[in-house]
Amino acid sequence: MQPGAARDFWKRFLRNRGSLVGLLILLAVVLLAIFAPLLYPQDPWRMVQRPFLPPLEVDGFWFGTDTLGRDIGAGLVYGSQVSLLVGIVSTVVALSIGVTLGAVAGYYGGLVDDALMRFTEFFQTIPNFALAIVLVAILQPSTESVIIAIGVVSWPPVARLVRGEFLSLRSREFVQAARVVGQKNSQIIFRQILPNTLSPIIVMASLMVATAILLESALSFLGLGDPNTMSWGYMIGAARTVIRQAWWLSVFPGIAILLTVLALNLVGEGLNDALNPRLARKGR
Amino acid sequence: MQKLGFIVRRLFKAVVVLLAIVILNFFLIRAAPGDPAQVMAGEAGAADEKFIAQLQEQFGLNKPLHEQLAIYVGGVVTLDLGYSYRQNESVTTLILDRLPATLLLTGTAFFISLLLGLLFGAIAASRVGSITDTAVTSLALLFYATPLFWMALMSILLFSVVLGWLPAYGMESIGANLTGLAYVGDVAAHLVLPAMTLGLFFMAVYARLTRSSMLEVADMDFVKTARAKGVHPARITRVHVLRNAVLPVITLAGIQAGQIVGGAVLTETVFAWPGIGRLMYEALFQRDYNLLLGIFFVSSAMVLLFNLITDVVYTFIDPRIELK
Repeated sequence: MQPGAARDFWKRFLRNRGSLVGLLILLAVVLLAIFAPLLYPQDPWRMVQRPFLPPLEVDGFWFGTDTLGRDIGAGLVYGSQVSLLVGIVSTVVALSIGVTLGAVAGYYGGLVDDALMRFTEFFQTIPNFALAIVLVAILQPSTESVIIAIGVVSWPPVARLVRGEFLSLRSREFVQAARVVGQKNSQIIFRQILPNTLSPIIVMASLMVATAILLESALSFLGLGDPNTMSWGYMIGAARTVIRQAWWLSVFPGIAILLTVLALNLVGEGLNDALNPRLARKGR
Repeated sequence: MQKLGFIVRRLFKAVVVLLAIVILNFFLIRAAPGDPAQVMAGEAGAADEKFIAQLQEQFGLNKPLHEQLAIYVGGVVTLDLGYSYRQNESVTTLILDRLPATLLLTGTAFFISLLLGLLFGAIAASRVGSITDTAVTSLALLFYATPLFWMALMSILLFSVVLGWLPAYGMESIGANLTGLAYVGDVAAHLVLPAMTLGLFFMAVYARLTRSSMLEVADMDFVKTARAKGVHPARITRVHVLRNAVLPVITLAGIQAGQIVGGAVLTETVFAWPGIGRLMYEALFQRDYNLLLGIFFVSSAMVLLFNLITDVVYTFIDPRIELK
């Protein structure tokens, strides 16, 4: 990218105030996740105060404690690590499945396209949260199985998007030129066409991280998270039965999820404005 | 006649998908750690040997894989989804008992979200840039980012615990033994919170899509023509713009029916709504895989049903659609 292009990108990205706010929130969450061990050297599972301590009552325990006297603040900070890790890695998994299938379907067309699109449609029809539940339950709950499950249920929209882009690009002149000079199919797919489809994929990916974080929190809310990691969804799930006595146990982690997901959506919209300027102007 | 053929073809497609899900289930049981009979019986080691032997006999677990598959598919085709060892009841009976509650909840949520989403989206689009538009867009963005289960908990906190307006748990008042209209009113009061929380997320999705789709259509030539001819603006919005803008929304609604059914697991769990979503949570808790996969199958069937309905609705709204 030329320096001028980068400046254009930021100008368009920041034109929408929402995307700046989103970027700042996201930055804060990332910093919390990185510096969690410095902020809370204690293990978030350790009991450090009396149970059901309301927020702001004791210095240093701004968010109160849970049913077992564990610090909610520590849980919030360590929970951000899980959310970001699962959100990003499962999106990478979904992208690698979706981009591969979409590229192959769109580039080769014909029977291959037909078969792959039936396959995609099948996965799009199945209720994806129910499939994620079944997958995690069968594979046994762990960070890996949660990532696999979310990746497996999130790739179909990517495949459709990439296929559409490939369909429209594969007969363009630069692709024909590449074919004439004797480039291999794999070279044309990865070196010629794929780079031209990156903008919409990046936008979609940022929104997928948001959805993946929501999915992760829902799975761990149901008790399907990794039993050894403190996550926001788990905190809310564990606090569900005591909501009448202690609202703060479930309110704070929920706000954490809401803010993170909102920030990612705002950044996604900003990216859309910046990367697809012609499409983005509509409806704003 | 053409319409009927279209629906029959869609039905056939739905059956193929269902068959594929049965096969997927078959392999999922075998992907779980442990012997398939143990998996079907529930937690490994918890079931007694006689029952295990009976399962092995019934599903032909000593036979080659393709014969096992044939037996399994044959069972599902005759609506035999197996037996829940934990609940001491056949899976089909368990699910059929709970299905009406889920259909009521998801159906209500689906219609609420679609109607309100279209309404709010249309209002926002017809007043682009106004305060109303900003309010609708911001709220939609907020609801779109809120975890469903948390929204459910917060609505219990606000409307049941703090304000005391609505019941928080279950589908009817326990021990009230109401009949007739009083019973319907009781169920309706219990339905409000779960249906609203389940519907809100999708309402946000549909409102956003309706808005952007209407703005897109409003730029098109035939709308300009209508305006130039002096058609009343309200009529332009209703007849020219909305009718065309609604198509992508219906398409999305059909695709997302599956997510509503999945979301029911969370809503029903939080509100103790006695549907198949909560049954799924119970099955999960007890590691009752047979029941879990049975529910997965039935909820997929529900999604296909919703898809079929939206397909039919689509043909009525858009007569141009190719019925082949």
